[in-house]
Amino acid sequence: MIELDARRLMCPMPVIKTQNMIKTMAIGETLRVSCTDPGVMQDIPAWCRINGHLLLNTEEIEGEFILTIEVAAE
Amino acid sequence: MATQKKAVALISGGLDSLLAAKVMLEQGVHVEGINFYTGFCVEGHTHAIRKKDKAKPKRNNALWSAEMLGIKLHIIDIIEEYKQVLLNPKHGYGANMNPCLDCKIFMVGKAKEWALENGFDFIITGEVIGQRPMSQRKDTMPVISAESGADDLLLRPLCAKNLPETLPEREGWVNRDELHDFSGRTRKPQMALAEKFGFVDYAQPAGGCCFLTDKAYSVKLTDLWASRGKRDYEIDDIMLLKVGRHIRPKPNFKLIVAREEGENNFLQGYKKQFITLRTMSHKGPLTLLDGSVNDGDFELAARIVARFSQGRDAELVDVEVTENGVSKNISVKPFAADEIQEAWRV
Repeated sequence: MIELDARRLMCPMPVIKTQNMIKTMAIGETLRVSCTDPGVMQDIPAWCRINGHLLLNTEEIEGEFILTIEVAAE
Repeated sequence: MATQKKAVALISGGLDSLLAAKVMLEQGVHVEGINFYTGFCVEGHTHAIRKKDKAKPKRNNALWSAEMLGIKLHIIDIIEEYKQVLLNPKHGYGANMNPCLDCKIFMVGKAKEWALENGFDFIITGEVIGQRPMSQRKDTMPVISAESGADDLLLRPLCAKNLPETLPEREGWVNRDELHDFSGRTRKPQMALAEKFGFVDYAQPAGGCCFLTDKAYSVKLTDLWASRGKRDYEIDDIMLLKVGRHIRPKPNFKLIVAREEGENNFLQGYKKQFITLRTMSHKGPLTLLDGSVNDGDFELAARIVARFSQGRDAELVDVEVTENGVSKNISVKPFAADEIQEAWRV
């Protein structure tokens, strides 16, 4: 699993970082993104739906928002 | 069988770009969206920061538009490149610090680059003649086409019938008869078209989608440049202009005073980069001090911070000043309301 630290970034920067990281990953790999902007709980799932990637999990831990994504073929 | 043509659509998240893309999809064109992030986009930021706005929806309207359209959206970070657009706009500024015409030229030019790199045939925007005073006028539309380098690869589906034919129309990639002739500031044709397409919950930005069109924000930006003696900025600078009360009691420093809990939490993230002030004897806001100060300035700063604390009516308020991880406490008499000069407020 690849980790991406998008904490302290405001939307849409976490989405852009996620998008750019996934471009470098292979189909089936998973990405775990850590964020502090609550907007990611809307934006990253929307971005995954648009681009066909699989959102495996979302969780909130002590004010941080963690999203796990499986890369699919675009 | 003819090859399906591909268009890249500039998607702002507003109604016009949503409709322009939909018009192309209806003609069987393959459309993908592109959205540029300058750092000045209104989308989400203040909602994310301010606690009082937490109940408001935080959706990114460009993503939402793409989802409504069933198209991909590519969000591009142009923060660094955009500096030259804002700092040296060939066509000048609008009513505030908004370089709308240069901005549109830049974005269309970037979209053209992207289209060439990704095998797309043409570019579309939601521009409408007469919709905006600076960038969407009959005389500026050809300027955008020419100076962006897009030339006749740039199609504006909502007002194409009011403009010369573009390559996609001449080549028959799109049917000009099914394009539109919208003009002026009225929104009625767009609303009617939205209804026809079944779009009901579209974004209706009241003040545009860019902080640079905002007077208060523009004043803060010009104050920042004046105080530093140079026109430049980093992303943190432009983020902080969106947050807190900005008070400049002397030319050499200003205070950024959190207005509520959400802003307090946001400013916490900048504690290592700035001198901070915090009231200790009474509840109060976290404050960043931006600038260079001498010892005498701390008391002035602390008296202002104390004014915004719950100790505003107390004889003395203890204020902790932290610089480079080293803290000291000072006791000050809070300013009275009329001692905070109006001219200090940025």
